[in-house]
Amino acid sequence: MENLIEIKNLHATIEGKEILKGINLTVKPGEVHAIMGPNGSGKSTLSNVLVGHPAYTVTEGEVIYKGKDLLALSPEDRSHEGIFLSFQYPVEIAGVSMTNFMRAAINARRKYNGEQAMPAGDFLKLMREKRALVNLDSKLANRSVNEGFSGGEKKRNEIFQMAMLEPSLSILDETDSGLDIDALRIVADGVNKLKRPDTSTLVITHYQRLLDYIKPDIVHVLYNGRIVKTAGPELALELEERGYDWIKNENP
Amino acid sequence: MSNEQEYIELFDQNRSLIEEPCAPLLNKARAKAYTSFKAIGFPTKDEEEYRYTDILPILAENYGMNLGRVDAAINPREIFSCDVPNLHTHQEYIVNDTYLARTEESKLPEGVILGSLNSVAAKRPELLAPYYNALAQNGDGVAQFNTTFVQDGLLLYIPRNTQVDTTIQLMNVLRTNVELLSNRRLLIVLEEGAQASMLVCDHTVEKIKSLSVQVVEIFIGRGARLDLYELEETQNENIRLSQLFVRQEADSRFNHTNVTLTNGVTRNSVNVSLVGEGAEVNMNGLAISDKKQHIENNTVVDHVVGRCNSNELYKYILDDESKGVFVGKMLIRKDAQHTASQQTNRNLCLAKSARMYAQPQLEIYADDVKCGHGSTVGQLDENALFYMRQRGIPADEACHLLMFAFAGEVIDAIKLDALRERLHILVEKRFRGELNRCQGCSLCK
Repeated sequence: MENLIEIKNLHATIEGKEILKGINLTVKPGEVHAIMGPNGSGKSTLSNVLVGHPAYTVTEGEVIYKGKDLLALSPEDRSHEGIFLSFQYPVEIAGVSMTNFMRAAINARRKYNGEQAMPAGDFLKLMREKRALVNLDSKLANRSVNEGFSGGEKKRNEIFQMAMLEPSLSILDETDSGLDIDALRIVADGVNKLKRPDTSTLVITHYQRLLDYIKPDIVHVLYNGRIVKTAGPELALELEERGYDWIKNENP
Repeated sequence: MSNEQEYIELFDQNRSLIEEPCAPLLNKARAKAYTSFKAIGFPTKDEEEYRYTDILPILAENYGMNLGRVDAAINPREIFSCDVPNLHTHQEYIVNDTYLARTEESKLPEGVILGSLNSVAAKRPELLAPYYNALAQNGDGVAQFNTTFVQDGLLLYIPRNTQVDTTIQLMNVLRTNVELLSNRRLLIVLEEGAQASMLVCDHTVEKIKSLSVQVVEIFIGRGARLDLYELEETQNENIRLSQLFVRQEADSRFNHTNVTLTNGVTRNSVNVSLVGEGAEVNMNGLAISDKKQHIENNTVVDHVVGRCNSNELYKYILDDESKGVFVGKMLIRKDAQHTASQQTNRNLCLAKSARMYAQPQLEIYADDVKCGHGSTVGQLDENALFYMRQRGIPADEACHLLMFAFAGEVIDAIKLDALRERLHILVEKRFRGELNRCQGCSLCK
């Protein structure tokens, strides 16, 4: 397979307001792409559109993922096909235990693939293994989804879910926001351990510091709904040093 | 002609038939209730308490009543078995409004009386005189109607310091081939220090219009404790007007859980008087409705004396064109200092056409109390739904998980393990639409 995902001239609106104004982006298997950009440039919109958030409307363009028309798939089918979003703000779900939540997710995937539900013993073993990967306390795993979790615990829980679902394309939306340096390292370590030659990652971030831990192959700058600059990892360092003003000035 | 007039005439014409098999204690209360019923009639929706459930059209229907005490044609003990696995209960049956006498020996502790209200009222009137109709006599027209027509019912009497370990289960089975009004009566007395738990299940067999009028009087003595679970699993054709009157002495405890799983039109009222210091009442309710179902829970907690606690949690999940009503009145009288009282009502409306009416009423006359109330009406959390879908959980499954979580707060508080487990399953089936029929009886299967 040549490309994992190919985004062509993608336009999207929310409540009638155009946020994405023609995104072109291609990610090959094994690549790590960073998408940087100032506030309000459309970074989170791009991640939400890729996972099919119903609040956004695609008005133009197409997205080919694993050779399929991604935009025609429901959010759950996109998940089954291996797209995972680590949410910027993970949602608290009172009364739904992490265990039941993950079991429903895993078994829905298996059903999609025509497989039987995972036996309870295997499932609990899998939970234990993956929890160890991100140092997620077993106490947290017994609680309701994200309920009462600290900011760092929520992000770790996202990576835990990513480990459980083994996605082909992981989108990390501002995963570094709200994390102290230790939590950041744990989360980044988890992401790196999960990396396989055939899986790809889109790292959406404001700051360069996450990219010290998750090394990108390619860095894009998103501004005003378009990708205005694409270069190697050195671009992230340049942005860290110079800020975003020069980008804004070059793209009035 | 008002519809109470029809019942008054029915009573006048059949008075001797009604009174003949009944104990003097029942007939004495009957005479008083009849006078009262004639004077006040059925409550109308102009009255505050019946604003949201208009019972007059319901009562205008021409129901049959079993005044001649014709035996029920079935033996539910043979064909009807509770399907709560691992729940070992002492089972009693009321078919329509007729108590079915037990055939085998009771294994309850010595002194416990469980059986026909009318028989015990005839044999030991001195035992029941302080209790029978002592609370319901102040009730509304529906309570007076019940006392006017009642011929039998179930009595549970637990003497001092006696603990009944086995849960007592009462199955109210509706079995009829004509449109029927069944007029049920329960009297529960726990003397000082007594303890019991009781499960009351309402089941219907046929899809025929019926109206159940039920009055339950409960007396909980000093330091006594009663856990009462009520589960309604009836059909869209069934109407239930239930009134619970509870009086609690000092340091007593009453835990009440009411679950309406399937029904037609239901109005449950619970009226609790806390008359001794240190008494505590905990009331939990769960109502699940769709189609044109109607469920009202109407509670009154009367803090007569100080240092009592009351807690209420009522949750509704409403779909389609169903209607939910919660009216919760907390009355904290002048002498009820150091009362702690909390009332919570949370509601989910799954469809735009579903309606919830919530009315908390606080009347506080004491100045050193801790009282709180809160009521919310909302939809399923869109963000949570999307989060789950992103993880691959299909939308309908995600909805069920959220609904189940919402209902869980009430179910998880149930202390009977087997019942809690069973309700988890029943509620889940209900959400999946697999519970269109009564689950409790072998007849339906």
